[in-house]
This record gives sequence, C-alpha cells and structure tokens, in this order.
Amino acid sequence: MKLTPALLFAVAGLPLFAAEDLSKPIEALRAVKKEGDGNEAAGKAWQQIVKADAQSLPEVLKGMNGANPLAENWLRAAVGVIADDALKAKKMPVDSLVAFLKDTANSPGARVVAFDLIHRADAKLAEDLTPTLLNDVSSDLRRHPVAKLIEAGDAAMEKKDKEAAIVAYQKGLGGARDEDQIKTLAKKLRDLGQTVDLPSHFGFLMSWKMIAPFSNADRSGFDTVYPPENGLKFDASYEGKGKDAKWVDFTSKDEYGKIDFNKPFGMEKSVVGYAATDFLSTEDRAAEIRIGCKNGWKVWLNGELLFARDEYHRGAKLDQYKLPCQLKKGKNTILVKCCQNEQTEQWTVEWEFQLRVCDATGTAIVAAK
Amino acid sequence: MKTISICILMCLTAGLAKADWLQFRGPNATAVSTDAKAPAEELKIAWTADLPGRGLSAPIVVGDKVFVTCSSGPGQETLHVFCFNAKDGSKRWERAMRATGRTMSHNKTCVAANTPCSDGDRVFALFSSNDLFAFDLDGNLLWLRGLTFDYPNASNSLGMSQSPVVIDGTLVVQSENDSESFAAGLDVATGRNKWKLERPKAANWTSATLWKGVAALQSSKGILGVDPATGKTVWNYEDGASTIPSSVVHGDLLYAVSKGITALSPEKGSVTQLWRNEKLNPGTASPLVLGDHLYVVNGAGVLIKASAKNGDEAWKLRLKGPFSGSPVAAGKRIYIVSERGSFQSIDPEAPEGKVVQEIDLKETVLTTPAISDGAIYVRSDAKLWKLQ
Repeated sequence: MKLTPALLFAVAGLPLFAAEDLSKPIEALRAVKKEGDGNEAAGKAWQQIVKADAQSLPEVLKGMNGANPLAENWLRAAVGVIADDALKAKKMPVDSLVAFLKDTANSPGARVVAFDLIHRADAKLAEDLTPTLLNDVSSDLRRHPVAKLIEAGDAAMEKKDKEAAIVAYQKGLGGARDEDQIKTLAKKLRDLGQTVDLPSHFGFLMSWKMIAPFSNADRSGFDTVYPPENGLKFDASYEGKGKDAKWVDFTSKDEYGKIDFNKPFGMEKSVVGYAATDFLSTEDRAAEIRIGCKNGWKVWLNGELLFARDEYHRGAKLDQYKLPCQLKKGKNTILVKCCQNEQTEQWTVEWEFQLRVCDATGTAIVAAK
Repeated sequence: MKTISICILMCLTAGLAKADWLQFRGPNATAVSTDAKAPAEELKIAWTADLPGRGLSAPIVVGDKVFVTCSSGPGQETLHVFCFNAKDGSKRWERAMRATGRTMSHNKTCVAANTPCSDGDRVFALFSSNDLFAFDLDGNLLWLRGLTFDYPNASNSLGMSQSPVVIDGTLVVQSENDSESFAAGLDVATGRNKWKLERPKAANWTSATLWKGVAALQSSKGILGVDPATGKTVWNYEDGASTIPSSVVHGDLLYAVSKGITALSPEKGSVTQLWRNEKLNPGTASPLVLGDHLYVVNGAGVLIKASAKNGDEAWKLRLKGPFSGSPVAAGKRIYIVSERGSFQSIDPEAPEGKVVQEIDLKETVLTTPAISDGAIYVRSDAKLWKLQ
C-alpha cells in the first residue's frame, strides 16, 4: 500500500487542514456581493475557515481589510467561532493580535474585533492598551479611552481638582467622535467655565445660500427638477409656490448646525427648498458628507448626485446618513434639496437639515481659508 | 421486529414531544400553542439568562434550544444571535455581527425588533437594520444578506420590526417603509431572491400571517395573500389595515386588523367579508383566537372577548398595562406581559375573565412570549426568563 500525503496526515493524527492556506476560502467570503451572490461558496468556505486553529486569527482578520460589509460579517462570524475555541483552550494568540491592532493599515472593523479578542483573553492588557487608542483612526476604538477620561475627570472633580478635571475632559473631547460622549464632555467643560465650539468640533457647514419655496404638491417636488438643479445662479429669481423664489444668505446660529428653511422662508408646507455652499478642500481626498434630515432630501457634490431619500418626519439625528465622496482640491460645491410635505401635526414643522464634511472616523475636515 | 417497533415508538414520542415555537406568535403565527402539554396553573421562574443588549424580538424555540436576538453598542450596531439550552438556560452559542444597514430607531424600539424564525433546521435572524443571517441550529453561518446594502433606501428612521416567516423552503421577509418598500421571498438554502415585490410606500410594523400556505402581507392598503414560492397574488383585501398590530388566522378565516376587526374568508382570487366590529380596536398588541372566541387588547390595556363567529362582544377585562407585546395562549390560558414587566395569566373562561396569576419580572418588557413544552419564555432588554 502506497502512503499518500493525505494518508500520512491521517496516520499521524494531524488535522489535515492545520497548515492549509486559508487564502482561497477567505477569498470566497470576500467575493460575496449584493442579493446573496456568492453565498453558496461562502457557506462552504466558512465551514473550512472555522476549522482553522487560533494562530490563524490574524490572517482571517486580515481578510476583512478592504472587504465589503457583507464579507466583513462572514469573516467576523468565523473569527468568533475560532476565538471561542481559542479562549476555551487558552490559546488566544494575544501577541499577534496586539500587533494586528497596532498596525493601522488594517481595517478599522478588523482592529475593533482584534481589540475585543484581546479584551476577552486578557482584560488588563486591553485596559493598558486603551490610552493609546484615543486618537485612533477607528471611531469605535476611541470610545473606551474617551470613557476612561470622563471617569478620570469625574474622579478629579470628586477630589475637587478642577484643573485636572478640565485637562481630562478636554483631552477626552479631543478624541471623542460619538455624539453622546461629545455632549457629555461639552456640558462638563461648560459647567467648569470652559468654551466649547461644537460646530468646529463636528465640522458643521454653517453658512449657506438658500432658495425657496418651490412646490412639493402631492410630494411630486422631490422628483421635479427645479432650476437650481440645472445650475446655481444666485442673482436669479424663479416662479415659486405662491411667490417668487429667491436666493438668500443664511448662517446658522445653532450649535448642531441646523439649517432651518422655516427661518428665512416661514413655515411653509408642501414645498421644496435648496441650499448651496462651497467647501474649500486643501487637497484631493476621500471624505464623507454626513447629513441629518427628517424631510425628503437630495445631496449633490460638484453636480454629482450622492444620494436621495424620500422619507418624511420619521426622525433625524447627527450623521443619520453617511455619503462617501471624493473632494477635489479647491472649491467643492454642495447642493442640498430639502422637501417639506403636507403633514400638519406639530411634530412635522421641521424643514431643516444639518450637514458636515468629515473623514471616515467622523473627524471634521477643516476647510481651507 | 422489536428493534423496528422501538424505533417507531421513539420517532412517535419525539414527534409528540416536539413543541416548537418557530416564529413571532408561534405556530402558524396564531399565538396559540399546539402543544399537548400546557403550562402549569401556577408558574414560577425556572431560570434566568442574562442578555447583553436590547430586544423587542420574541424568543423562538426549536426542540431543546431557545433562540434570542439582541442589539448592543452605542449605536446598536452589534447584532447578537443567542442559542440557549431550554432545560437550564445555559448558553450553547452566540454569534455577534455588525449592522450593515441603518440602526437609527425611536428610543422605545431597537435594532433587535424583528422576531427570528426557523424551519426546524435553520434559524433566520432579521434585524431592523435589514441585516439577515441564516444559521443552522449549531450556530454555523449558512448565508447572510444586507437588505439595505442591496436596496439602499430600504429603511425607516423610526426602526422596523416586521418578523419573517418561512413557508415550504421560502423565507418571506418584509421591509416596508416610506421609501424603498418591498417584500421578498428568499431561498432558505442560499438566501437568494426567489421573488421581490414592491410594497406600499408607507411605514409598516406588522408581520406576515400564514393562511393555508399563503403569506398574508398586511399594510395600510389592506392584506395581500401571496404564493410564497412565486410571490404571485392569490387574493387581495383592499379595504385598509393597521400598520402596527398584525392580523391572525384561525381555521379558514382571517381576522384582519382593519377598521376594528374584520373577519374575512379568503379564497383564490377573492375575499369575502363575514363581519366587522369597529369597536374591537387592538392597540399595539395583535389579536388571537382561542376556541370560539377572539381576544383583543385595546390601547387602554383592556382585554376584550368577542365571538369569533360574529364579532359580538362578550366581556371586557382591564389588565395591568400598557402593552407593547402581544398575548399568547396555551390550553385554557392567555398570557401577556406588560411594558412594566407584569406577567399576567388570564382565565378567559371565567364569566368576566380573570387574571389568575401575576409575576412581577421587575424589568421593562416590550415583547411577546413564546410557549413550548409546558414552559413560557419572556425576554427584556437584559434578561431571558423561562417560566414553568
């Protein structure tokens, strides 16, 4: 009987796939696309990956780099299974996970998973690493160090050490990217007499040219192409709904950057308004335009439609919609279409949006002067 | 021969013991247990398991496994699927995923709002973010979808809660909202679309019911009966329906939450209205039919008993509300949990109805219980209880 390599592995009692190259099954997970495309192959590949040993965790995590969100979830689930076994066997490869975490070339999502695994295996080590993540490229990884600084500031306040508290809170605010933490820190600092410039922190665009009212009867205005969509002529006026529509200058005084059409144009219903502004970028770069709006809206950047949403009065919040985009060096024109519907309830008064330009972590991109 | 007899006996016993609660409101989405073994008269907390996140989704039970979903994290982006041992509440497995769709919701609800469902071999967990995961019962990921990744305007800023149902190899999911509103039938083996239907552009939190193998999709326009294999219309009731409480099937009839309750007799190509009682107005809770009677919990927390034959009201019983979850029933009892965590067991055969037991769970409960094998499962944002 001739012993084949496979038989040799079996005879030796070694797992056949222990040293197997996981690149092909990982690639199968990375290949999943919309509408379930690739699911069948991914399901088989996933079964193969979860049989890998704990030392493979960094490789599987690396598979998340540049992967689409669906593939990330396939890989995240596989990491979870391998990690559960590694924890039980006390074989979590903590050192290589720390190296993976520290390498910011790895994707933010994968590094968050790596940090969670480190925390599950060695909570003290994770706590020791925490301060190093305050200004991380992952907004998720910033959250814990910011929380620790809030705790430190609170502890200093209990000891009546106001200066130490201010230092901790200011440091925390510098790293904070989540609205709840920013609000908490802003209040604590203001209570201590400090000035906090929230519009600058978030990067809200505060000054716009606005025009209204165009008709949104039967909500048809959402798809109607009004003149501002064909070109911005700020000295022009157009026939609007019941009156001429003219451009006006508007600068928000709201510290959450709300651009309120009701202020210059009155509380109109079934209307469409537009707001335009220029953002001066210091370089060609990737960015995100993030908008919060409870009206129907469309956003264009330099004439390109980024997204359109025809939902009315279901709620608004900071960063409700994140629109990846590419800024060009110099002037970038942002046009927002904001549609008010016919509802008359008190909670349908708002005809407004807030918009900021930031990077993928939520860090405001400072405009050139 | 003796071996064969033992095998047959074992199979029969297994069949009898099987008391699955596979979806929102259990067998056929009726909210009534078909299990021969009803819960005991006097229920006690058998065990409690901790949960790491929020959830309005109900537990489901497959054999000796209880499945629950949760969402956690500052923006509720972490989506959990848990499998617990029904016997002792110990965790069998957990999978934590990340939302690919929008996680914004009204504060009262959360991303784990849709109840998962199962075909007995797989568990399908849908979240408000439109993320959908299929696992086998041992936690192996079979496939996934990001329905907002696929259809970018399919979301509701108040949150979504439509629970999927599975019928003969098709998983029926609904993502009905003001913008990109749809229902789809997915192949349970691959997650790929078998069909996709445009649905009314209006927010909708109701879940499909099952009428004689037809998926009954409720919306503000009415109730559309579709063939789950093809998505083709079997019948269509067009006189409007609620967008919060879901309708219920009993026998051949569909009790629609439409202008109160409207009893319908659907047939291929047509729907006949049998009766309507506009005073039977469910609040958030969906109605159920037990025996010859229909039970409705109105917005004031009053349980109303009415004849299933003609809609005539029999009695009203004020419960300790308010309620977000729906009532369920087994044997001769109706069970419901208030938002304040008051579990109430009701004797609907008492002359005016009677609450026969209350258990204070001391937590906010916004969901519907599950019943299996003589036990009742209830979850909050932090705990899963087995009452037995």
